[in-house]
Amino acid sequence: MDESKRSFLKRAAGLLAASGLVAGGAKRADAVEPPDVAPSMKAPGAGMSEYGSPAKYEVKVTRTGIRSQPGTTGSGASRAPLESLDGMLTPSGLHFERHHSGVPDIDPATHRLLIHGLVKRPLIFSVNALLRYPMVSRIHFLECSGNSQVLYQPAPPNLTAGQTHGLVSCSEWTGVPLRLLLEEAGVDRGAPWILAEGADAAAMSRSIPMAKAMDDAILALFQNGERLRPENGYPVRLFLPGWEGNMSVKWLRRLKVVSAPIMTKDETSRYTDLQSDGKSLMFTYPMEVKSVITRPSHGMTLAGAGLHQISGIAWSGNGTITKVEVSTDSGRTWVDAPLVAPVLPRALTRFRLPWKWDGAATVLKSRATDDTGAVQPERAKFIAEHGNNAVFHFHGIQAWSVATSGEVKHVYA
Amino acid sequence: MSTRDLLRVTLALVLAGCASAGATRGGMEGPNLGREATPAQIAGWDISVGPDGAGLPAGRGTPAAGATVYEQKCQVCHGAKGAGQPNDRLVGGQGTLASKTPVRTIGSYWPYATTVFDYVRRSMPYIQPHSLSNDEVYAVTAYLLHLNGIIGESDEMNAQALPKVKMPNQSNFIVVYPSRGK
Ligand code: HEC
Repeated sequence: MDESKRSFLKRAAGLLAASGLVAGGAKRADAVEPPDVAPSMKAPGAGMSEYGSPAKYEVKVTRTGIRSQPGTTGSGASRAPLESLDGMLTPSGLHFERHHSGVPDIDPATHRLLIHGLVKRPLIFSVNALLRYPMVSRIHFLECSGNSQVLYQPAPPNLTAGQTHGLVSCSEWTGVPLRLLLEEAGVDRGAPWILAEGADAAAMSRSIPMAKAMDDAILALFQNGERLRPENGYPVRLFLPGWEGNMSVKWLRRLKVVSAPIMTKDETSRYTDLQSDGKSLMFTYPMEVKSVITRPSHGMTLAGAGLHQISGIAWSGNGTITKVEVSTDSGRTWVDAPLVAPVLPRALTRFRLPWKWDGAATVLKSRATDDTGAVQPERAKFIAEHGNNAVFHFHGIQAWSVATSGEVKHVYA
Repeated sequence: MSTRDLLRVTLALVLAGCASAGATRGGMEGPNLGREATPAQIAGWDISVGPDGAGLPAGRGTPAAGATVYEQKCQVCHGAKGAGQPNDRLVGGQGTLASKTPVRTIGSYWPYATTVFDYVRRSMPYIQPHSLSNDEVYAVTAYLLHLNGIIGESDEMNAQALPKVKMPNQSNFIVVYPSRGK
């Protein structure tokens, strides 16, 4: 290809991109054929780096839907861009955030964890001491109970999959089984509750049932192989597999064994689920069975009829995903989508399904089932049961409409 | 097997034996590295207050004293008399919970009065938590309870009085643990 032709193509591609006619980066790249020997082959590339970062062409893949209470920057949430991710793990830098008073700067040298209350020996642990304990590693999702809250609204929000469902992420968490430390402190086995408190400016606190603490609770020190990120609780956080995210108290500084729940602000005023009769459900801990198709999803445009790949995630705080059904005909028929191994309890489970689109308008849906037999409900059924005011624990079926133009949009169907 | 081989195998077994001598069953035994905490340390760290009043410190405050604290330290974010804006509304909303537009405040929603003390002491005012005295926290708690019509205008709040305050919405909470999840 001669030089002038090449630069014309380059200009044309640039114009197309600028005019917004092509949405995806992949299409834009496809407009220009590379030379037989790519420039990257003609000179040595960049050197090593101390801490790697994503390709510069992916800079737009960031946390999304960042919102904070008026006048604050750290009393709110940011969401994982689910529509740009694949597989079961969430990169630590894109893991969703939910803070009640910002991300504290904590020097591990001066951080301590106090265990007291109904114990024989109240104990203080340094972070260095915790690092010498036996550890377990587990892959689990973490989901804010306010995830998909906008779907309580009467009209479908004009938002991407990440913006509606991105308060869920999945990591490998490594840390000390909480049971070990409670036993060392001589915990009163009959004491039913433990207050967990963070060292942030909200001193975030929740009452945790002893049964969960002694079962699978972890004092997490590592996330995806490296020490916790500050926004995920550095230097140490509580991690309660499958339960609503805010109970996995970050920046953990204190555990008090008590005989009754403390009734903190975040288990009374917040994180209780107001029903339409004015009553509220309290202590709604496990996150229910749920799924969402991440590709194609709202904001994308299918490049034409033919074979496409549907990809999505499913999870349940009550166990393991056993089935994800997908409908490509507005819920008339459903097929089982293959689950991608490993399928782990209380972890995001990827499903993928090839789909031959005939070019007609339709609606895509996914419906998850877990090993307790629980099935993700249709949105209309869920709202009929819980009303529009519950704020938390929405887990109804998500629908995406596909127009003949290929445009994908959020619908209630 | 030659003598040399036999020696080699024996040596390997002895070495393996040494390596495992200090190992514990399944590796799940803690090294006991916690330092014993003193009562003074615990008293300084423990800021939680239960609904029975356990953990409430000495001190007292009235709605009148609380009005002054509120106007100086809270009003800029929670509005005059707790009406809200720019941040959460703290007063009113009674009778709205079953409507299409429920207003959840201390008065209409919160099940325990002790939570107001616990929460304000641990995290408010937002930009300067842990800056109020216990008397000031009692006072602003009394002020917010009075604005919501829950206590009288001269009722003093202290460690004895606060846990006795009955919140109007308390009986509308249904505890679903452990029935709905374990
Ligand atoms: C700079 C603004 C600001 C100031 C000043 C402030 N607050 Fe707040 N307040 C907030 C924010 C933001 C939240 C929400 C925090 C969260 O996300 O958990 C909040 C939450 C609250 C809540 C919980 C509301 C609910 O319904 O859950 C109470 C009660 C409260 N504040 C009381 C006070 C009191 C009392 C003072 C004064 C001593 C005060 N605040 C000062 C910003 C402020």
